[in-house]
Amino acid sequence: MASNLRVSVWRGGSAGAFQTFEVPRHPSQTVLDVVTHIQRALDPTLAYRFACRVGMCGSCAMTVNGVPRWTCRTHVDKVARDHTLEISPLRNLPVIRDLVTDMREFFDKWAKAKGEFRGTATKKDDFAKVEPRSAGRVLVDKGIECIGCGVCYAACDVVSWNPRYLGPAALNRAWTLVNDAREKENAQRLRAVAGDAGCHACHSHVSCTERCPKHISPTAAIAGLKREVAKAALQGDL
Amino acid sequence: MSFRTETALWLAQRASAAVLAVCVVVHLATIVYAVQGGLSGSEILARTRGNAAWFAFYSLFVLAVTVHAPIGLRAVLGEWLGWRGRSRDLALLLFAALLAWAGMRAALGVFS
Repeated sequence: MASNLRVSVWRGGSAGAFQTFEVPRHPSQTVLDVVTHIQRALDPTLAYRFACRVGMCGSCAMTVNGVPRWTCRTHVDKVARDHTLEISPLRNLPVIRDLVTDMREFFDKWAKAKGEFRGTATKKDDFAKVEPRSAGRVLVDKGIECIGCGVCYAACDVVSWNPRYLGPAALNRAWTLVNDAREKENAQRLRAVAGDAGCHACHSHVSCTERCPKHISPTAAIAGLKREVAKAALQGDL
Repeated sequence: MSFRTETALWLAQRASAAVLAVCVVVHLATIVYAVQGGLSGSEILARTRGNAAWFAFYSLFVLAVTVHAPIGLRAVLGEWLGWRGRSRDLALLLFAALLAWAGMRAALGVFS
């Protein structure tokens, strides 16, 4: 194992530049370890975001050698090319500073896609009984583990071409609610996700599915939304 | 443009794609057959002139192209050139009219 890693790190805002650091290599070293070493030992002004370090919170997502990834779950051995790494903020989001992006737009789009659960029951009602093997529940299971890290949003070319596009994560969230037997606002939700800013903008490039660290397929969710919106339109319910 | 109109455009593009899938195969097979068989231009015209079935087929083909191509181009113009809004849609209506005119001119040319 080479003793040092040459790491180019994005510094500044959207008009910044890469700065190069030499970081010692260690066995089982993650990209987050590298970034942490730079901040603690080389330049304490480096801004980056992390919390759990074990792939649960999704806050440490960055672009590593051109690919959006969770840095805490990415081993240097797997991504370093010729002992070099290039680390930059997630694409398609405004850069606040260094490796930190402003994720407001990303989460605002979840709200625009009506990503909030609106149930029919009140707190006085008994728990809803949802058969685990029912068709709707099976579809919900496939998408429900999203933790909102923004990797799919950064991987999506349509987001970069069409800034109004709601993006894979918000549409995947909408799809889990469309299949939720307890949900009451799906007619409005289908209207919210239809059209050029919604599911119809997706070209099925599958970048979101390829990059999702949770192995969710937003592409399949968006295809499902297209089918449901088409059905509603043909039945005059859209 | 409303989300309902955009959804209708998406449906129209998918439906026209299904029609084109058949039309393009028939069209290519016909070209290959005509070339392989060594048909002359006058022999081809003898088969197509007054043939209502061929005219109906190529009219459907032209209609599908007229619907399909401008909707696809609409996304390309929006995503690659950032051209959106009413001016883009009016330009694409003109493009659709041009496709319909050129296509029907060709179909009528071998029918009448």
